[in-house]
Amino acid sequence: MSAINEKSTGEMPAQGAGQARHDFTSDQEVRWCPGCGDYSVLKQVQTLLEQSGRKKEEVVFISGIGCSSRFPYYLDTYGLHGIHGRAPAIVSGLRSVRPDLSVWMITGDGDALSIGGNHIIHLLRRNVDVNVLLFNNEIYGLTKGQYSPTSPEGAVTRSTPMGSTDHPFNPLALVKGADGTFIARSMDRDPKHMREVLARADAHRGTSLVEIYQNCNVFNDGAFEVFTEKASKPTHTLFVEQGKPLTFAGGTKGICIKDMKPRVIDIGPDFSPNECWIHDERDNFKASTLVRLFDDARLEGGFPRPFGVFYVNDRPAHEEKLQAQVKRAKEVKGPGDLDALLKGEHTWTIA
Amino acid sequence: MSTVTPRTKPVEERRNVVILFAGDSGDGIQLTGAQFTDSSALFGNDVSTFPNFPAEIRAPQGTLAGVSGYQLHFGSVEIFTPGDQCDVLVVMNAAALKSNLGKLKKGGAIIANTDGFDKKNLRLTGYIDDADPLTDGTLAQYRLHPVDVTKMTRAALEGLTLGMKEKDRCKNMFVLGFINWMFNRGMANSERFLQQKFGKNPELIEANLRALKAGYHFGDTSETFTTRFEVKPAPMPKGVYRSITGNQGTALGLIAAAQKAKLDLFYGSYPITPASDILHELSRHKNFGVITFQAEDEIAAISSAIGASYGGALGVTASSGPGIALKTEAMGLAFMLEIPLVVVNVQRGGPSTGLPTKTEQADLWQAVHGRNGEAPIPVIAASTPIDCFDMAFEAVQIALEHMTPVILLTDGYIANGSEPWRFPQSKELPEIKPPFIKAPNDGEKFLPYLRDERGVRSWALPGQPGLQHRIGGIEKQDKTGNISYEPLNHELMVRLRAEKVARIADRFKLIRLDSGPPEGDVLIVGWGSTYGGIRTAALDLQAEGHSVAHVHLRHLFPFNKGLGPLLQKYKQVLVPEMNSGQLRQLLRAEFLVDAQGLNKIQGLPFTSAEIKEAVLKLLKR
Repeated sequence: MSAINEKSTGEMPAQGAGQARHDFTSDQEVRWCPGCGDYSVLKQVQTLLEQSGRKKEEVVFISGIGCSSRFPYYLDTYGLHGIHGRAPAIVSGLRSVRPDLSVWMITGDGDALSIGGNHIIHLLRRNVDVNVLLFNNEIYGLTKGQYSPTSPEGAVTRSTPMGSTDHPFNPLALVKGADGTFIARSMDRDPKHMREVLARADAHRGTSLVEIYQNCNVFNDGAFEVFTEKASKPTHTLFVEQGKPLTFAGGTKGICIKDMKPRVIDIGPDFSPNECWIHDERDNFKASTLVRLFDDARLEGGFPRPFGVFYVNDRPAHEEKLQAQVKRAKEVKGPGDLDALLKGEHTWTIA
Repeated sequence: MSTVTPRTKPVEERRNVVILFAGDSGDGIQLTGAQFTDSSALFGNDVSTFPNFPAEIRAPQGTLAGVSGYQLHFGSVEIFTPGDQCDVLVVMNAAALKSNLGKLKKGGAIIANTDGFDKKNLRLTGYIDDADPLTDGTLAQYRLHPVDVTKMTRAALEGLTLGMKEKDRCKNMFVLGFINWMFNRGMANSERFLQQKFGKNPELIEANLRALKAGYHFGDTSETFTTRFEVKPAPMPKGVYRSITGNQGTALGLIAAAQKAKLDLFYGSYPITPASDILHELSRHKNFGVITFQAEDEIAAISSAIGASYGGALGVTASSGPGIALKTEAMGLAFMLEIPLVVVNVQRGGPSTGLPTKTEQADLWQAVHGRNGEAPIPVIAASTPIDCFDMAFEAVQIALEHMTPVILLTDGYIANGSEPWRFPQSKELPEIKPPFIKAPNDGEKFLPYLRDERGVRSWALPGQPGLQHRIGGIEKQDKTGNISYEPLNHELMVRLRAEKVARIADRFKLIRLDSGPPEGDVLIVGWGSTYGGIRTAALDLQAEGHSVAHVHLRHLFPFNKGLGPLLQKYKQVLVPEMNSGQLRQLLRAEFLVDAQGLNKIQGLPFTSAEIKEAVLKLLKR
């Protein structure tokens, strides 16, 4: 592991009450590039699982294709490395028949939003109970550096030497549009925050989608550095907390809502923090606005990029409804009688 | 109105009759046909049906494009096909006559609804100068019976408060009543059906019953009909029967097999003609632990089924050719994971969207070869509606007991066609035993790709302590399943996977002839829904003294053992297929046999006459 990762994951918590962390580590050598942000996520997930006290045989990781999708191989749980973009569909089938498991889905910006775009929106609308970790590095890594559906317009990559002409997705706005029931954002360089967000995601019943800004130090190094570097982080990031005012820049700035629109204000004699927008993750309309705070960080005067849990909704999970129908059918019709089924409704006898 | 006039006209006995109902796709033709089939089957006839309808839900009224047909062959003898040519053609309009007249025997009967031959209908159908075939003498070689169904139906319904449109919808019941009379059927079954169908609406029951009876009485009193026919019950094996379509058979076979494996059934599916009825049927049986998942697309349908299988359910998906094409990559994944999965392809005319409501057997190569890399998947095919049950059951057996995806091929012809089924008792069906594993298989360690003597790995379900493992579509190391790019390991794995599938042939019975001598002049090799046509032709030819045998393949990959030597025992081999020769090429490649093809690519099944003719031509060589 590289120095960057050692540094970024420096604050390791004490070993939890559950299984020791090495319990969740598989015997496979991790093969991400040195310095990749994926290491940090892996470490936080291992830590979280260890702290959760969950049995490793009850945990399943499903992934698609891409750098991050190798994730399942590095955990000593059950794992299925699927095909490109289809992890949400595999998850949907698995959850339909196994509501007892803890299911995690590992995906990236290409896997989830390009080739798997259709599946991710349907996973969200159905609200299948799964923790989705969307590693967003704004680039195709495994295929060596083509632009992704989250790469900014104009991005110069191996497939766009003159700059990308595509307008990018705002992933969380897409998730909100698909009626996601748990919407959050974190980053590889803030392990403590990531762990807290992942713990919240794990506790949520339904599709918990966490977008994780993850640095690809080989093909798109520094894509998120404005949010992660000490000098720029305070003014460019906004960490939302339930019931707390939206403030940033060390408490010197805040966001208020005026005329239905968010505005940046200077906190001081004219505005107190209490006049700021108070974060309420149950507020559908505020969440819709929050995910839309997506200004290009390279431009001056925009909104800071929010991190944290934006939205939570307790709509029942899809598999609960499926299983309830099966249960009801058994109650009403009785458990399946195969002979009655084969016989059907009309018969005749030839003697 | 509740009693039926005692019959007063002579009755002529027939061994078998083919009747074709045809009309606008809104005329209730499918319902009429299915009802009369039901009554015939209940009466004890053997039956075979062929529903044939347009892809459009409501094509423009009165046009050739909108004609819907339902062909029924019923007899006092064993029936294998819906029949080559019709004895009776019932047409509700001019378009129905024009598009089906070619199927009527010379001297056959036409029962024509005169209201469907007005100027507008004639013009839409393209009769030159609105020439009316009912009056211009062009139908002189047939027995023509014009009947004003619309007028008489309206008259019978007089006094009811239904609107004219609703009244006219009862026309098909008038026709059904008349046909019931013509073939000396009682009305009890039709009456019971109407009571059930319209149970909540007494006025609709009354209207349909009145139309039904009016049709029956019309037959008895009208002077144009001098004779009616009787088709005695067929000498079918004793037992209790029901009627079943191929898609129902497939659905029931899947449920029965899941029950016999003590597993829940997960069915991931995206609606597509002609496979959707499997979804409809399965979704009614949730009390058997059946979960149906209407996925966002075909890829999600199969991927969700893979996820369900991974979780320990029986994962099944079905589609037709275009949908199967989309599932291809996921089939490769299931193959690579070595996980149970059943993929049903209810074939239709292709390529691309092709002929959605017509039948074809042109997806055999897709099933056998259509994946990237070397990914052999067992392919089996059903030959009749009943066989859909048996083959669906077998597909599950293979998938679960050999840890592999299995492709089951049926087609639109048998999927929608129906026949009487002497259904089995559940206790006659074998138990299915998947290779579940509960404890590590290598000391303290678990090796997910350790194989038994058949080359089959074990099935470790999430939740089992000590068996955590990772599987994926990427090449894996022998036994451990860990990612491996080692050249020799890859070659070993490709061979191991292929060998496992090849060994599935060990469970199949030695190949057996369907009919005919063990050696001779011509062997007809068929597969899938051509069964009835080929069987009829082969039995005819044998009865005429020809040295002709018939073998019907249900296992297309791998083949049953003994097929190669069998092919060598005949001077000539004929392979009739509703494609350009896909099985023929597989047989040639595998067995170096100079098989000849008989190929029909019209979206229609073979007639037995076509097969007979081709064999006779070969015999003359």
